[in-house]
Amino acid sequence: MTIRNRITNTRPIEQLILAARAFVFALLLCLGSVHGWAQQNDQRQMRGLDEQVQEIKSDALSIAAELNRLEEKLLYPSGTQVAIFIALAKGEQMRLDAVRLQIDGHLVAHYIYSFKELEALRKGGVQRIYVGNVATGDHQLEVLVDGKLEGGADFSRTERFTLRKEVKPKLVGLTLAGSGNTPIALGEW
Amino acid sequence: MRAPHRIIAIALGLALGLAARPATGSDLRDLFFGEALYRAFQGQYFDALQRLDTELAQYHRLDEPELDTLHYHINNAEFSVGDFELNYRMHQRAGRAIKAVLEGAVDEAVRNEAAFRLARIHFQKDQLDDAQNALGRIHGAVPAQIRDDVEFLRANIDMATGRPGDAVKVLQQVHSDESLTGFVAYNLGMALFQDGRAREAIEQLDKAGQLPAADGAGLAIRDKSNLVLGSMLFESGDFERAKQSLDRVRLEGPFSNQALLRAGWAGASAQQYDRALVPWNILVEREPTDGAVQEAMLAVPHAYASLNLHGRAAITYGRALELFSKQIERVDASIGSIREGHFLKALIREESRQDETWVIRLRSLPDAPETYYLMELMASHDFQTALHNYLDLEDLQSRLMAWKTSLDAFDDIIQLRGQNYEPLLPEVDAQFRELDSRMRLRREQRKHLSERLQAILTAPRPDYLATAEERIAGERIALIEKQLGDSDNPESLPLRQRAAHLRGAITWRLETEYQERLTAAHVHLNELNAQVDALTRQYDAFVKTRQAAAHSYVGYDVQISRLRERVGEALQRVDMLMARQGHMIETVAINQLEARRGRLVAQQTEARFGVADSYDRAARAQSGAEGR
Repeated sequence: MTIRNRITNTRPIEQLILAARAFVFALLLCLGSVHGWAQQNDQRQMRGLDEQVQEIKSDALSIAAELNRLEEKLLYPSGTQVAIFIALAKGEQMRLDAVRLQIDGHLVAHYIYSFKELEALRKGGVQRIYVGNVATGDHQLEVLVDGKLEGGADFSRTERFTLRKEVKPKLVGLTLAGSGNTPIALGEW
Repeated sequence: MRAPHRIIAIALGLALGLAARPATGSDLRDLFFGEALYRAFQGQYFDALQRLDTELAQYHRLDEPELDTLHYHINNAEFSVGDFELNYRMHQRAGRAIKAVLEGAVDEAVRNEAAFRLARIHFQKDQLDDAQNALGRIHGAVPAQIRDDVEFLRANIDMATGRPGDAVKVLQQVHSDESLTGFVAYNLGMALFQDGRAREAIEQLDKAGQLPAADGAGLAIRDKSNLVLGSMLFESGDFERAKQSLDRVRLEGPFSNQALLRAGWAGASAQQYDRALVPWNILVEREPTDGAVQEAMLAVPHAYASLNLHGRAAITYGRALELFSKQIERVDASIGSIREGHFLKALIREESRQDETWVIRLRSLPDAPETYYLMELMASHDFQTALHNYLDLEDLQSRLMAWKTSLDAFDDIIQLRGQNYEPLLPEVDAQFRELDSRMRLRREQRKHLSERLQAILTAPRPDYLATAEERIAGERIALIEKQLGDSDNPESLPLRQRAAHLRGAITWRLETEYQERLTAAHVHLNELNAQVDALTRQYDAFVKTRQAAAHSYVGYDVQISRLRERVGEALQRVDMLMARQGHMIETVAINQLEARRGRLVAQQTEARFGVADSYDRAARAQSGAEGR
């Protein structure tokens, strides 16, 4: 609030109140606006920059897509590619702490979950925990899950599955559930 | 943006933020869509977009997309890509994505939701006509979960385009769920006020200011209703009621300082200075960089002087003078710090980005004096856009640099693979060629046998089924018969008869065992088929592996060099944009601080004169009393 001429307190209080009222009226009209920012020139420049930023984001996404294709072709060719995904069963409230994966006895992934990641899984997100290469044929997958159940009890399960890798990329989804008969369910795509 | 529009936009932003529903991942059928959601749920919109863009591009290239697992989520995916773009502040692309849904062959409910989302983007970008046109495309069934949001947005557009009467009609019909109730009530009050119906506006805001609220946003909009109501009542001279309304604003809320300041003014306006001092004295103990607190620092001695307590007034003016001097030093330090580039560094500090309230927490960070006085600025929409753009650019810069390193690594991989395979492959190829010719020969033989067997099914040829031993025996008999010739030599005759007997024996065996031999031949051929199939599989696997070996290092040069060029160009543009965006943020911050500094200097001058005047009056009052 700007109250000018308040040099001495000889100024009648009415003047101050008038100034306060002037401010109140201004508040009704522009609550939340910020002096100094609203200059049109600044805003124009800012919008121009905003558009350029949107363009570079678009370019970066296109580069990322091409880079992904290159990376996949170079590092995980379809003939040998295997990708493993983790999801939580619908409505599952288990606190997932860690997942460990072994393929043919070799440790390929050991992941410890942050709060944000766990929340994302609970909302229905799916994590690609591992992508790698295996030869065609049968392979043994061992999955170890550690966590805590809703009631606070420790939860630890290990399951073993046989994967058949064919010439096309192999996608494996593991759905985890603290409750129920199938704590670790394997789905193949 | 016009001022009332800004008020609504803030309310709308809050309301829509609350009403926004996450794209659901339940019953998920497509793993990669699930992965995009996983990223988005963590606020990693670049990664989410990268994943979903790739999936959608692949889906649209398919001849039979209905066989793809993304088909089950395609509408959700098309919407989600728009949502992710919006969250990644790519409004132009988000608008295009949603328009694509709108113009596609989708059912009415989906099209209406797309139209609503498009209208919301246009409204947020201040494109009011476009927003109205988009809402005009909504016809027929509107999904229940967005019905209130649509009407709320319609009312906001009406208000922003100067048709508050229409907004009132719309808002009076909205019976929203709890998340929107406070915003609807507040906006209805503002629409009535804009429509010149001040009395109704006051009654409506009075209702809005007493609604139950469960969450932070609900409490904030209730506080705001009370603050605005108090201000209106103050304006109309109803100081007592104004104070009641302002007293309803929570003491710990974001509008608390303004409410305390105005509650004091309501008391002072009613000549009740002792009552005015209560809220002002609370206020002066608060954060000294806040404008309302600084205002109260001058208002308090003023009230004391009005109560003829000149000694107390002199002391509190003295305190104000001290505070303003300190704050001017602080502002100067802040300006200096910004000029040295510390502000931008503070804004991009990792710990300051850990949660939603990071702007507020910045103040408590050590070594960040440049953020004093900028809280209001930093909370403004334009500044937030600029700041987020700066942070996004910084993120892009680190990604591009990492990609550059990746491309170098790819070059190394390709080179190493070349070094590994090139000396091995010529020998492997030579061996393969030899094996290949042998395999071809065997395949030809098998084919020949198969054709023969096929032929003798219709024209029996027992001789084709003779064993090697029988064939040799037959050939020897033929040779003997040839040597015996047609001579009438009596010695030859028994020999010829014996040879004919032997031939007869072979023929007998071939004829009598023909069916058995034919069956056995088919069985053996089938057994051979299994062997040939296994051999063919092995052959194909070898060819694939051989191709994979070549593909692992051949043919990447052009792609990598093009990518390197694109990354380099993008990096240059990002650097340039970062510098411009950073400079813009710093300039605006300095302008803001200089304006605040000017105000502090004026207040300092007022306080200085106030001190002198109060001492003077106190002295005169004292001498007057002594004289009496």
